[in-house]
Amino acid sequence: MIFPLTPTLLSSFSPLALSSSSLPMLKINNIEVIYSDVILVLRGISLSVEQGQVVSLLGANGAGKSTTLKAISGLLLREDGAVTRGNIEFDGQRLDRMAPEEVTRLGIVQVLEGRRLFQHLTTEENLLTGALIRSDRAGIKQSLEQVYEYFPALPALRNKTAGYLSGGEQQMVAIGRALMAKPRLMLLDEPSLGLAPLLVRDIFDIIHRINKESGVSIMVVEQNANVALRAADYAYVMENGRIVLDGTAAQLADNADIKEFYLGLTAVGERKSYRNVKHYKRRKRWLG
Amino acid sequence: MNWQLLPQFAITGFLNGGPIALIALGIVLIFKSSEIFNFSQGQMLLIGTLSTWWFWAEEGLGLPLWAAIILGLTVSAILGLLIERLTLRPMTGQPLLSIILMTLALSQFLQGMAILTFGTTQRNFPAIFEVTSPYKISLPFFTYNNNPMMLILKQNLVWSFGVAMLCVILLWAFFQYTRTGLSMRATAEDHETAQSVGIRINHIFGISWALAGIIGTVGGILIATASGLDLSLPIVVLAAFPAVLLGGLESIPGAVIGSLLIGLTQGLVALPNNDFILGAEAAQVIRSSSEIIPYIILLIVLVIRPDGLFGQKRIERI
Ligand SMILES: Nc1ncnc2c1ncn2[C@@H]1O[C@H](COP(=O)(O)OP(=O)(O)OP(=O)(O)O)[C@@H](O)[C@H]1O
Ligand SMILES: [Mg+2]
Repeated sequence: MIFPLTPTLLSSFSPLALSSSSLPMLKINNIEVIYSDVILVLRGISLSVEQGQVVSLLGANGAGKSTTLKAISGLLLREDGAVTRGNIEFDGQRLDRMAPEEVTRLGIVQVLEGRRLFQHLTTEENLLTGALIRSDRAGIKQSLEQVYEYFPALPALRNKTAGYLSGGEQQMVAIGRALMAKPRLMLLDEPSLGLAPLLVRDIFDIIHRINKESGVSIMVVEQNANVALRAADYAYVMENGRIVLDGTAAQLADNADIKEFYLGLTAVGERKSYRNVKHYKRRKRWLG
Repeated sequence: MNWQLLPQFAITGFLNGGPIALIALGIVLIFKSSEIFNFSQGQMLLIGTLSTWWFWAEEGLGLPLWAAIILGLTVSAILGLLIERLTLRPMTGQPLLSIILMTLALSQFLQGMAILTFGTTQRNFPAIFEVTSPYKISLPFFTYNNNPMMLILKQNLVWSFGVAMLCVILLWAFFQYTRTGLSMRATAEDHETAQSVGIRINHIFGISWALAGIIGTVGGILIATASGLDLSLPIVVLAAFPAVLLGGLESIPGAVIGSLLIGLTQGLVALPNNDFILGAEAAQVIRSSSEIIPYIILLIVLVIRPDGLFGQKRIERI
């Protein structure tokens, strides 16, 4: 069974728990990822996620964010990609080369980019597929109720075919389905994709709540730095297959480059044109 | 003119579609889970049915019939698992066409195995249902020379159909209400997502092949008990293939309805002296080529509805 380290538990075991929580649960050590034996996409990425943390991974299109998540979840293997250097450790266990279904069974669940529900199954059936790796009937029922509590729009849709739900509803089901696995680490790939700004805020509020209430660690990939930094404890910025910047969410939100490029603000707070952004990117590549 | 025989032949044909439906469902199961069209379904059920016979027969183990059936179904399940594990899993990632051709090669291999181990003689398959007194039903609305028209249906035919439909319902309930059924439906939709929720899709493929072996063999046993058993049993897939395509390849209700339709047309084609439509000569030609009729119907349906009658439309949403 999974043992969530909630803050209260942490304090009650303080010396031991604190020392173990300072050890990262997920550690990526300098990995290189190559697709189809020739396309080098990640050029030495290192990052870590600690127990109970929300970590954001920011970056532009094609930076390699999804690839990083797929390297962790093992889905890389399905796309003819491979970790060719470095390694990935989860609680001391090596993940690189592990089949995706086995990674999931260890407690790492990925919510794929573009939601990817089982289109012809109903909402509730989709949620239940998330719990197929569990066998505690009562616990599964409880998780289902919890998901319906996090997403109050879903109970009314429980018997609706998932393929006909709206984009926002599908995203809720996708996150709910991941929660049904009772994961220790959730990997979210661009949960804001294609959603209205208000809904994006709602989704991130819920992500925040899930993290605080169930203690699950979350790694979230985003292009929308604004919302992502608000929900995160720590963040990494990727560019062209490398990590070019990292720090606490507060530090990054304050960082001039981030403000300029990702938040689209200059010192005086006006929006930048894309031309300047492109220039920034070129300069940044040089440095990286 | 033999109008009065029409209901008799139509209903007989329709009921004959029951066992065909089971064989068609086996093909659909495998296709849904892995997109492989299994050309060896007929030979799988041949081996399952021959094993059942061997467990029962004097020259074999001489077991009671019910035990022989259970063991025969077990053999077909294991055969399905072995085929998946030994021949198809190593081909994962190869072009689908090579894998499908592999099933074609398998059908030849299994047919050869059947000849080597069981020989080519005609076998007496035990009667499962009452053979003597057929059911006589008088039809409510049809009369002939002012007498009510009678349907004469062999018990065998009626009960085979009943067993087949029971299997269909059981299979449907398995998909709808069990965790393994849910895993199979999820896998059928999207392998990558299925893996990402932790489903071991290789196990699911194995289960599909085992299930296909079992329900195919139930169909084989029902056919063998009605019309005897020899190595030509796999020919029944010539009726199941068009049934599957008619139903839309991925649809379970489609495969069942497709099979019943194929049975019905075969019954109508067999109608004696149906020369009132086409003239005696043409009718004779059609009767002697009754295997072709399902394919002609299939051709017409596919031209009009390329996805088959019940083909699943991909849900397109942005
Ligand atoms: N299966 C694949 N085979 C070959 N190249 C790939 C494959 N998947 C991704 N790539 C390449 O790897 C690079 C990084 O892709 P990735 O999907 O990780 O980017 P991303 O940061 O998630 O971008 P986005 O924000 O657009 O989703 C891209 O240049 C892409 O073309
Ligand atoms: Mg991506």
